[in-house]
Amino acid sequence: MEIHLILLFMIFAGIVAVEVKDLISSLIALSAAGLALSLGFLVLKAPSLAITQLVVEILCVIILIRATINKDLPMVKDGRWFFNTVATVLFIGCFLVFSYFALKELPAFGQPLMRVSGEYLAGGFTQTGVANLVSAITLNFRSYDALAEAAIIFASIIGVLAITRRIGKTNEQ
Amino acid sequence: MNSNSKGMTLIVKTVTRLTVGLILIYGIYIVFQGHIGPGGGFAGGVIIALSFIHLMLAFGKEAVLKKIDQEKYFLFASLGALALLMTLSFGFMRRHQPVSSSGDFGLFSGGLIPLSDIASAVMMASGLFVIFLALTLRTKREKK
Repeated sequence: MEIHLILLFMIFAGIVAVEVKDLISSLIALSAAGLALSLGFLVLKAPSLAITQLVVEILCVIILIRATINKDLPMVKDGRWFFNTVATVLFIGCFLVFSYFALKELPAFGQPLMRVSGEYLAGGFTQTGVANLVSAITLNFRSYDALAEAAIIFASIIGVLAITRRIGKTNEQ
Repeated sequence: MNSNSKGMTLIVKTVTRLTVGLILIYGIYIVFQGHIGPGGGFAGGVIIALSFIHLMLAFGKEAVLKKIDQEKYFLFASLGALALLMTLSFGFMRRHQPVSSSGDFGLFSGGLIPLSDIASAVMMASGLFVIFLALTLRTKREKK
């Protein structure tokens, strides 16, 4: 149910990102779609992929905003320093408070939660026949993770090839 | 200075001729024992791609692109990705069941996991090398 809602939201955000005229608005819609994709990975029980998606999404959004903001919006540099400072301090305070409560929930150092990994350690070798438990976990128990990471790598290869292809190749043919 | 198409000096070429086979074999070894010891498809694929890059840096791009050109490397990467998709999704459907077994600690003891290792190694090696080719050939083209 949640995954269908997330997918619908992603489709909607993708349509908005393609159709809207303003570049910044399109970028915001794209980052909303990426955030929903991260949530979708979390729903599908692939937390490491969700973290990867979140980090890559933040990096992409920063780079894209830096690339587009000079062409679309004039940067306001004076007159709003009070609001800017107050907002920054407020967000840093919120982040610190939430991270204080979140860090209190973490297990103590040296005493990890062994709920899932205990089963992996106990039955990993007999269930998969693989002596290297890292391979057994990444390619058998967590093969969705490995599959989507390979998809990310392949998409990046296609992206590099698409960027570096010869410009005007269709005109020459 | 005039080593644009012919590669680097004689010393580098001789050392490369001695070492590149060892690097390639080490990469293949890392791929094939990824389910027994430390290693795996991604790390082994990177090592194989580095051996190709080593060859190309020493001998120039003609030595590498003579038989297989850039589109074929990209075709290999696509085939590797497709094989990885098939092996991993098939293994996800039949999880906890090793498909074939040649005894514990054998070379192919893990069922589909060595196959997916090999597939991801093909994808990583040809993918990284095609990225390297795209970047270097593009800069050369811009200089003209």
